Amino acid sequence: MWAFINKLRSPRWFYAISARLQPYFWVAATALILVGTVWGLAFAPADYQQGNSFRIIYVHVPAAFLAQSIFVSMAVAAVVFMVWKIKIADMAAAVMAPLGAAMTFIALFSGAVWGVPTWGTWWMWDARLTSMLILLFLYFGVIALRGAFASRDSGSRAASVLAMVGVINIPIIKYSVEWWHTLHQPATFTVTGRVAMPLEMWAPLLLMVLGFYSFFIALTLMRTRNEILRRESRKRWVRDLAGGEH
Amino acid sequence: MAFVSLQDFFAMGGHAPYVWSAWAMTALLLLGSVVHARVERRQLIRDLQRRERRERRVGSEPARNLADDT
Repeated sequence: MWAFINKLRSPRWFYAISARLQPYFWVAATALILVGTVWGLAFAPADYQQGNSFRIIYVHVPAAFLAQSIFVSMAVAAVVFMVWKIKIADMAAAVMAPLGAAMTFIALFSGAVWGVPTWGTWWMWDARLTSMLILLFLYFGVIALRGAFASRDSGSRAASVLAMVGVINIPIIKYSVEWWHTLHQPATFTVTGRVAMPLEMWAPLLLMVLGFYSFFIALTLMRTRNEILRRESRKRWVRDLAGGEH
Repeated sequence: MAFVSLQDFFAMGGHAPYVWSAWAMTALLLLGSVVHARVERRQLIRDLQRRERRERRVGSEPARNLADDT
């Protein structure tokens, strides 16, 4: 176990193993998202109340899931970096932040656009919407802090602290629909209990959620490798590598 | 199939602006992230190669990082 962890903290080993893993996640992401899109947009039945605007769910829910999961992953990576000083964890945290911000933006944008025909308004200071907006600002804060210092290490530590503190917002987002009954509807999927939707509606949603998670893993692997090339550019093995890569 | 024709599909039962703008924004950001990551990688490799060539031309061995292969 320790041998494995020691290997894992070596950027060189990570660079090699991620190259092998990456294609599987790209293929899975592409296939799941393509099938989910065609199924969700063209074959799933229209909602009896909302009609076809309900199809926004197939991008809204996966993006909202990822927005929160990415923040949690980033906070975990920040703990690993701060406690064990593992550089690769900080590199992963650094590349996760922009994708997390993009996902939060997609969730907010698609929600606003969905709100117009459904609620008659694109925005309300509802607990779920507000806590998601705070999440977006937390992502911006993490990104800005990382770049705000002359030394990379100070930036990494400041961003890590904000990620670890900001993760408090995640349970607030999750339970916001139960603590405050305002506008947003409760969860579509729960671990226990039945889904309040017919199979033809939730199956494409499940595919999209899995596809988005695969996309997150694939992109994080790819960009962590970029980050290794950037930060380790003086290392002999990276310089030897550059001769052979295109 | 939930639609009778292609026009019907694009119209989304009158909800076209909402459905298509949400999907377009998602597609834009997902594809944009992939393109960005690829451009970033190409750029980093090009920079590494350029520096390697320059240092070879100068002929002086650059200062080695003693913490190689950590």
